[in-house]
Amino acid sequence: MEPGKSNRRVLGYAALISGLIAVALFPRVAGDYPLYLANLTGVYLIAAIGLNITLGYAGQVSLAHAAFMAIGAYTTALLTLKGVSFWVAMPAGALLAGGFGFLLGFPALKVRHHYLAMVTIGFNVLVYLVLRNESAITGGMTGLRNIPRPNVLGVSLGADRDYFYAIAGTAALFAVLYRFLVRSKWGRAFQAMRENELRAEVVGVSLRTYKTMAFAIGAAYAGASGALLACLLRYIDPSSFELDRSFQFLIMVVVGGPGWFAGPLVGAGIVTLLPELLRATQAVYLMLFAVLLILMLIFSPAGLVPALEKLGRAWLGWGRPRLLPRGGTDQA
Amino acid sequence: MIPQLIAGGLLSGAIYALAAMGFVLLWQASRTINFAQGEFIMLPAFGVVLFQEVLKLPFPIAVMFTLVGSMAMGLIVKQFIIQPLLRRDILAIVIATLGIALFARNFIIVFWTADPVFYTSIFSTKPLRFGDVVVSPEDLWVVGLVSGLILLVNLLIRHTKMGWAMQAVSQNREVARVVGINVSRTITQVYLLNGLMMGIAAVLIAPIYFVQYNLGISLGLKAFYSAVIGGFNQVKGALFGGFLVGLLETFGAAYISTAYRDAFALVVLIGVLLLKPEGIFGTREE
Repeated sequence: MEPGKSNRRVLGYAALISGLIAVALFPRVAGDYPLYLANLTGVYLIAAIGLNITLGYAGQVSLAHAAFMAIGAYTTALLTLKGVSFWVAMPAGALLAGGFGFLLGFPALKVRHHYLAMVTIGFNVLVYLVLRNESAITGGMTGLRNIPRPNVLGVSLGADRDYFYAIAGTAALFAVLYRFLVRSKWGRAFQAMRENELRAEVVGVSLRTYKTMAFAIGAAYAGASGALLACLLRYIDPSSFELDRSFQFLIMVVVGGPGWFAGPLVGAGIVTLLPELLRATQAVYLMLFAVLLILMLIFSPAGLVPALEKLGRAWLGWGRPRLLPRGGTDQA
Repeated sequence: MIPQLIAGGLLSGAIYALAAMGFVLLWQASRTINFAQGEFIMLPAFGVVLFQEVLKLPFPIAVMFTLVGSMAMGLIVKQFIIQPLLRRDILAIVIATLGIALFARNFIIVFWTADPVFYTSIFSTKPLRFGDVVVSPEDLWVVGLVSGLILLVNLLIRHTKMGWAMQAVSQNREVARVVGINVSRTITQVYLLNGLMMGIAAVLIAPIYFVQYNLGISLGLKAFYSAVIGGFNQVKGALFGGFLVGLLETFGAAYISTAYRDAFALVVLIGVLLLKPEGIFGTREE
């Protein structure tokens, strides 16, 4: 073992533990507004992770993530309003969203992925139409109100400060699953498929299985995110799940760093917090984000995470210089 | 009722067909996709309103400015966004052009309005009667002009040097370069041509549709579906697809459900993708 390695591990654990303490204390000390932003970021983070699996790792475009989120949100809202526990309703919503994602993965088998962008946009439009028109179930444009928040072991998470723990816990669980997934055989198969479908198939990656599953898993994440959103806002209507929301997730993933583990965290953070800091209207920040998206694609297609890593390495000596040959100099 | 619906379907079908043809042209000549195609119609539609209603320019000059602006938009997008991404995976172009669409929509909201703006028709609005069928003269103009334009572009591709260069570039960029075709210039020409076509579409629909920032979403979506349904590498496919989608959704809205008008094209699209993914007239590509 290299001498620096155990030190780094200790540092890693220290960082993890202080991070956990910070998360546990945060809702006790934060003001209402930072708390609301943190809750919102946590919810969006889960959906962004889902899209990073589908798009970043597996290379399949989805602009239906707002629709998957809607499926999770409406399922959870309808079930909890009927008295079903949130902890049953949320997995049900995530599974149902995952099921729709699985089905939407089938056209992905047939078409080049630029078709997929439009098929998924169409699906988002379709789901929006259903939410708007089937008012007997979905409440139409008025939506669903008074969605209850969950209990844990008899303790109510009704207050924003307590509900934070439900979001943080769920986000942490999904992040851990995500880490396992991308390091597993599946994660490698996804990346092989993204790099070269033909080559992946030749070495034994079943495109049928992995493409549909990349969609299903990404959609299930969005479903869980929608479930948490429904209970965070306590009120949902179709306008929360319009096409622009799907674009917002796309921007999170591309700006953060598609196919990078920390990409969704950076992306969700920026896309959720920046508009609040700028205090701009939605149209202004969507316009700015569209510019940012295009600039990132042209000048830094790998996203912010690798760029930040490079900066950290150059200025502060952070991170592992894993991309550099031993004794080599950083050319970049 | 039925002839009336056919007339309505042909009208929206003509616009879808024109925009679908733009998709096919861009794909044919440059292997690129412009998912901002709907916004390429929406922006010039605002352009013609700006020049004619706000700046009070006479109609021919307003149209000329709009078409020049529309071509300039094509040129700018090609030069500054498509060109740097040409060497990369098509996914980058897909996401970048979706970004352009998002930018264009919100640009209009920020610098103009989120509400529809009104534009008075240049043609007589007195309806014409053919037996039971009532059509406005502007609808006839739209269908006539669009059909003529489509024919013209088809002739251009098949019978001019520029058209042959486009076909060569589409088949193999490297070989086209070897035989002396300026590939970058050819792609620029296609973007200019697409800009011109979308500008004309915009001038034609401005009096018929509500000119609003979100005009392009469903227009672009259905034009793309039309192109895929008809066959993405065939001009006649785009025509067929456009009119098919126009008729289908008009009849669907009348006989099945008005609320789901925007869903019919998607259902047909998914059916076509599952049964014949290259489209009805399309041929397989490697």
